[in-house]
Amino acid sequence: MPAVENTVLICAGGACISAGEKSVKGVFEETLRKYSLENVVRVVETGCMGACDLGPILVIYPEGVFYQKITPENASRIVEEHILKGRVVEDLLYVGDMGDLRERPQEELPFFTEQVRIATRNLGVIDPLSIDEYIARDGYFALHKVLFEIGTDDVIEILKKSELKGRGGAGFPTWMKWDFTKKAEGETKYVICNADEGDPGAFMDRAVLEGDPHSIVEAMTIAARVIGAQKGFVYVRAEYPLAIERLTHAMKMAREYGFLGENILGTDFSFDLEIRIGAGAFVCGEETALINSIEGKRGIPRVKPPFPANRGLWQKPTLLSNVETYANIPPIITNGGEWFSKFGVEGSRGTKVFALAGNVKNTGLVEVPMGITLRKLIFEIGGGVPGGKKLKAIQTGGPSGGCIPLELIDTPITYDNMKKLGTIIGSGGMIVMDEDSCMVDVAKYFLEFTVEESCGQCTPCRDGTRRMLEILERITSGEGTMEDLHLLKDLGENIMATSLCGLGQTAPQPVISTMRYFWDEYEAHVKEGRCFAKKCKSLTRVVISKEKCVGCTACSRVCPVEAISGSVRTPHEIDPEICTRCGSCLAVCRFGAISKVSP
Amino acid sequence: MSVEDVRVTVTRIYEDISGQSLEEGDILINTLHAIQDHYGNFIPIEAAEVLKELTGTPLSKIYEVLTFYTMFSTHKRGKYVVRVCKSLPCHVTGGQAVIDALKNILEIGFGETTEDGLFTLEETSCLGLCGVSPVMMINDEAYGNLTPERVSEIIHEIVSRERSE
Repeated sequence: MPAVENTVLICAGGACISAGEKSVKGVFEETLRKYSLENVVRVVETGCMGACDLGPILVIYPEGVFYQKITPENASRIVEEHILKGRVVEDLLYVGDMGDLRERPQEELPFFTEQVRIATRNLGVIDPLSIDEYIARDGYFALHKVLFEIGTDDVIEILKKSELKGRGGAGFPTWMKWDFTKKAEGETKYVICNADEGDPGAFMDRAVLEGDPHSIVEAMTIAARVIGAQKGFVYVRAEYPLAIERLTHAMKMAREYGFLGENILGTDFSFDLEIRIGAGAFVCGEETALINSIEGKRGIPRVKPPFPANRGLWQKPTLLSNVETYANIPPIITNGGEWFSKFGVEGSRGTKVFALAGNVKNTGLVEVPMGITLRKLIFEIGGGVPGGKKLKAIQTGGPSGGCIPLELIDTPITYDNMKKLGTIIGSGGMIVMDEDSCMVDVAKYFLEFTVEESCGQCTPCRDGTRRMLEILERITSGEGTMEDLHLLKDLGENIMATSLCGLGQTAPQPVISTMRYFWDEYEAHVKEGRCFAKKCKSLTRVVISKEKCVGCTACSRVCPVEAISGSVRTPHEIDPEICTRCGSCLAVCRFGAISKVSP
Repeated sequence: MSVEDVRVTVTRIYEDISGQSLEEGDILINTLHAIQDHYGNFIPIEAAEVLKELTGTPLSKIYEVLTFYTMFSTHKRGKYVVRVCKSLPCHVTGGQAVIDALKNILEIGFGETTEDGLFTLEETSCLGLCGVSPVMMINDEAYGNLTPERVSEIIHEIVSRERSE
């Protein structure tokens, strides 16, 4: 067999797959076979490389040339040109802001170079289905260290020094959780991984499970050793079938290699893992609701205390952390607590994975030291807002968080700072919104979500959020009053004070926060019936300028509800009664004659 | 399908799953998933009765679980369940136009099934593919960077594949 000359990494993260990675890979491999190159070119499907907007992505080594936005049609050209003739296919390279071609953006662009990858260290680098590649990157070294070199108290000490806090949202010090569960009385204990990632706009847990499943298996085994657990569960959302598939495979391989199961690495320590699949309930991301769901019940939160560390799954001491938190554990144990805490700033140590989504040029996942400013994250790393539009706000922390306006963009991202701004880091979702987003509409959007996802157990959340939504619906349809605005605020504060679980206690946050920073928008909706962003349909009309319209009929042909009338070469008109403000006509008008107006 | 068929099938699925599990009493949700997969996107209501006998769990508790989780359905759904993301990242990048297009092309609303029994349209919470929003899933397959045109292509591709079979 000839030696491998090229290794080709294809990003098989969820986003690239949904952008057509499978057919690209199919064509690529077929072309390799056509030229009998299948033995000299090794094709590896990796986890998420992070740059979702560039997908499908393919990187060819040893040169490290990065091809982006590949289609099945041009995948064969990469084989024929690059591999066969050694010529770089220029039109598939990354194009910089100045039209410059970049062969190796991973070594040049801030999106890649500003990152410090700890939790995501193996993403896009290894084949997630290969345990050997994980081991080659120091995988299972930490487990070995915990079993043979250091004691369980040493592990707690390392975690304490690392100052790692839970990355799922609440930000509770990880070492304390481990310590409480370790000290809790009881023979039977459990370790659980919360992979019920549900915050809209957060997708780092998905990427870690899909791209580096062994890091979770290793971390949970270490946790089990430290707290004295025999069994563990990974609770994964049913929405993530690929994550379930790759994790299942990783668990099987770990058992074969003796990292999981009976007598791990020949010691008397035994531990095994099982996957439990969610069934579409956001509230199950709350730890006690998740525990109920594993027990085969309705996923409704329990009253705390007792906390899971003392009485969790089947009333037994249970350690529960989220995916990203676990992913940080092996490198922290291998390299020491001080190594981790040298990243970040006081009170917020280490790195955090952020998911950039919405109106931002470079969407995807980035892992950066905490304390980075929002400006650097959104503009330097994220590339700013596309289409020459202006940034309006950044939504963080999902339905439990709030919106940060442009004026506060120089704030360093820390747990404390975010709290002061009336939001949270949460799981790390950053939804960037441009000037076309209406903040009242955004608040309404989150309330719709909460109303839908409230488990119904306690009244403030079940009924209160519904009343809030009704008020917001009045406001966005132009029927709100100033009294409504005050009622909305009052009601929100009440719900936050009286709800049972974290979901209810934070549900009004998107409303309270947008009222704090965008009060003028709320007022304009109520007093003038005006939506600044022209997003609220009842307050907006689509009109055709008589002067600019040449009567080309493009708009009337595309209108799905036939609201546009007019004959060829005469100005057209839109019937506001029929028009649904979908904006299809705006997109096709080549004369700039159609616009949205709000009084 | 007769009640007896359901009994035989559900019993087989339950025994299969309880054989793989480390714990007892936590397998209800996994079993329901397997039953739903077996029947293709829905759980016959008779299955609850069978599970009651097999697990000793009160019927009310089984119904409770069956109806609490949005992914379980006791109504027959289409061969393809289209689940379109309604979360904010998709919303701010043109998600509404995608939803409108799906409703127009399939001529159904959320929770409805096309007359030919091929498609059921549902909304879903965040699919975690925000980097390529707007997104949807059709059964286990995810589709990103959607536009109304792309949606139309995808649906028509499935329809023509189904017709040729």
